[in-house]
Amino acid sequence: MKIELRHQAFDPWLELQHAEIALRDSASGQFGAACIFVGTMRDLNEDVSVKNMFLEHYPEMTQQHLQNIATEAIDKWQLLNLLVIHRVGHIEPNDNIILLAAWSAHRDAAFKACRYLIEELKHRAPFWKKETLSNNSERWVTKNTPS
Amino acid sequence: MTITVKFFASLRESLNLSSQTLNHEGINTASDAWHKATKGAAMPHNVLIAVNMDYVKDTHKIKDGDEIAFFPPVTGG
Repeated sequence: MKIELRHQAFDPWLELQHAEIALRDSASGQFGAACIFVGTMRDLNEDVSVKNMFLEHYPEMTQQHLQNIATEAIDKWQLLNLLVIHRVGHIEPNDNIILLAAWSAHRDAAFKACRYLIEELKHRAPFWKKETLSNNSERWVTKNTPS
Repeated sequence: MTITVKFFASLRESLNLSSQTLNHEGINTASDAWHKATKGAAMPHNVLIAVNMDYVKDTHKIKDGDEIAFFPPVTGG
């Protein structure tokens, strides 16, 4: 299991490649499914053009709650591996905000775990988005999108 | 005999408060910590409260050395 907060842009596909290679050593022949979620910043939110945003967090608590959520998912679905990478700080449109990946023996566990991770993270992990709009005004994002 | 009170995101900006150390005396609950730190500002109905990184209610009992954080609904992912 790897959980990381990143201050710089990252390539989710490269991260997955590294994780998959490592898993072929540590859990060779055991995993039959991997489910992946990648969240990316858009340049439009609530019909308003967004230039960039700042993702604030509460470092110790964020790390702790990501760890708790990941451990819950591993226990609930007997996952073979889990990868969570979440950006913080200054973010531009097209930057990846989050990468979640769950590896399991069968597809149902991987799908359910991935969905659980993103929904729990969105409701429990202390992150807050502040957007800079095209007219340079700023606004806090006050709620999650419904789905 | 002190506690630490922290504010994040829009709450930090609107209150112009980030982190402060307060004397624990007279602070029994998380709600008391809010009122002492903000000098009596009204607590938003949707505020989230964490004590030592765990979510709690505003009636949560505060102990010496606790870190109490107040913040708006989270929006990560």
